[in-house]
Amino acid sequence: MKKRILALGVSAVLAVSMLAGCGGSGGSGSSAVAGGSSAAAGGSDVIKVGVFEPQTGENGGGGLQEVDGIRYANKQKSTVKIGDKEYKIELVEVDNKSDKTEAVTAAQKLVSEKVIGVIGSYGSGVSIAAGEYFKDAKIPAIGCSCTNPQVTEGNDYYFRVCFLDPFQGTVMANYAKKVGCTKAAVLTQKGDDYSVGLGTFFKNAFKNFGEIVADEQFETGAQDFKAVLTNIKSKNPDVIFAPSSIATAPLIIKQARELGITAKIMAGDTWENGEIIKNAGEHAEGICLSTFFDEDGVDEAGKAFITGFKAYLKENGKDEVIPAVSALGYDAYNTLIAAIEKAGSTDPSKVQEALKGVSVKGVTGDISFDDNGDAKKDMAFIKTVENGKFKFLETQKVQ
Amino acid sequence: MSLNVFLQHCLTGISLGGAYALIAIGYTMVYGILRLINFAHGEIFMIAGYFMIFATANFGWAVGIPVTLIATVVLGVVVERLAYKPLREAPRMSIMISAIGVSYLLQNLTTYLFTALPKPYPEIPILKQIYNIGGLSASLVTFITPILTIILVFILVYIINHTKIGMAMRAVSKDFETSRLMGIKINKVISTTFVIGSALAAVGSILYFTDRMSVTPFSGTLPGLKCFVAAVIGGIGSVPGAVVGGFIIGICETMMIALGYSTFSDAFTFVLLIIMLLFRPTGIFGEKTIDKV
Repeated sequence: MKKRILALGVSAVLAVSMLAGCGGSGGSGSSAVAGGSSAAAGGSDVIKVGVFEPQTGENGGGGLQEVDGIRYANKQKSTVKIGDKEYKIELVEVDNKSDKTEAVTAAQKLVSEKVIGVIGSYGSGVSIAAGEYFKDAKIPAIGCSCTNPQVTEGNDYYFRVCFLDPFQGTVMANYAKKVGCTKAAVLTQKGDDYSVGLGTFFKNAFKNFGEIVADEQFETGAQDFKAVLTNIKSKNPDVIFAPSSIATAPLIIKQARELGITAKIMAGDTWENGEIIKNAGEHAEGICLSTFFDEDGVDEAGKAFITGFKAYLKENGKDEVIPAVSALGYDAYNTLIAAIEKAGSTDPSKVQEALKGVSVKGVTGDISFDDNGDAKKDMAFIKTVENGKFKFLETQKVQ
Repeated sequence: MSLNVFLQHCLTGISLGGAYALIAIGYTMVYGILRLINFAHGEIFMIAGYFMIFATANFGWAVGIPVTLIATVVLGVVVERLAYKPLREAPRMSIMISAIGVSYLLQNLTTYLFTALPKPYPEIPILKQIYNIGGLSASLVTFITPILTIILVFILVYIINHTKIGMAMRAVSKDFETSRLMGIKINKVISTTFVIGSALAAVGSILYFTDRMSVTPFSGTLPGLKCFVAAVIGGIGSVPGAVVGGFIIGICETMMIALGYSTFSDAFTFVLLIIMLLFRPTGIFGEKTIDKV
């Protein structure tokens, strides 16, 4: 008897913690419930938009920041007019857990929820894994910050609002050359499409004017980089290019500096995140990265977004620094809504048609898509860290 | 490879091995007593990291360290009481599945509470001081880790071989039922095992994270897995075995990377496990078990 009571107690604790987990993962959990009930009452007055993002796993932090941008956009613009009818937009959030297998399950869930379109994901690997499923279901998807070319290649249903890795890799290689680097080391995460892809594009571009002295890889979830870094140090490079996740970045930076490596450390868009500075502290000074967005480089509409979103972040108890991925999430949402309006229909394939010709003024720049479904963007913002803050250095264009 | 680079790699490997050894002891002791592979051990190690972050933020690191040790020990014992004790009479498989469940519960609970973004680990100024010896450059913690590991292991071996509770532990690991009949308080012995295992995991956690400086809810997964391998290679159930296994894994991993095979360093660890299981399933220090009919 005593045992049974204990078992009951344990399962009650588990149940409560699970409920709590649900509440946390979906800040819009309550609104989703409200949407559900009105859907039952009002029939087809609600349209569903899928949010396909990692909220847990190694990219859970960055994914959640992207979700913040999308939630904020949804809060700003929660209805859409199709014909004469006003539809309420309900976000259906799924967690792809930064895992390619989980991504497929999450994508199937969105398909079965009959969403009109999908936004996401942070991380190219999961987007590539899920792409086929959206294509088969004829649901358009808009990637926010997935920069690997394969996301949209050969998939008419995948669009994206950011620039691509070949571009980003070239930009960083050019910048490295500009600041006088001739020997580069590349450090990438094995099996991660984003990291390996970006590393390769950097190498290809850098080879034209410099030498790649080391090319090392590490395992997902690795925390010890001293051995790889010792190898790199012995080759004496001018710059280390290490595109990687937010969780990995501070480890690489700190361990490199501790080993007495003085080379410049550079990476891609993922590194524009305050957590990296917080974790790496003074060692983060001087790292360089390319990103999608700068608070100072925006127009009037952008300024409204910045003040509004900062207030939103404060409301939710988060730091008042706008990550580029949040801005991209915001833009992706608005692009999708513009396409729905333009299509004048709740049919996903009509929305996909409309997306091809849509043109939106976003906070990260103007958005219109090329034949591949990639946003026509030709500018990256190079930033560095100075006095514990990201500092805008210059914009880079590549033809 | 110049001598300097080689020595730097050795230092890294030995230091990593020391931290692995401390965690591996937790696996091996619990296995020795309960015949349970405590899959939640890696997560306890990770949560000890979070304890240290919050304890240091509130009390400073000098008080933070004992607070972390105590909190981790409490967590380990609570996990044992809630998830393993009710299953004492159940088949061994059930209790192992329960351990896997606890592991995921702790991982997801921390993700929920602290998000998956990395949290900066507090800096202990003395340990972080960087020393340059010849061409070698490393912080004090890198030098201290293996030394502290060896000292703790000697203390532990002394406890096991020369104290009453140690004698009880040896008896329980030899024969659970008989020792119970002899009047040994099984629950007390098991709790002590978890206390020691968790405390060592906490020390390992402080050393490991001071060197690596940030904690995420997934920080415990890979070290946990590798330390389990270390315990198996050393001979699961044997404390000196776990220590030797920890050092072997740490040094091998580093040397693989040093030789330029960074892509295969983890694969090598697990290949080592398979080879060991094929040719000497009891591990380096494991005892041959004779089945009594």
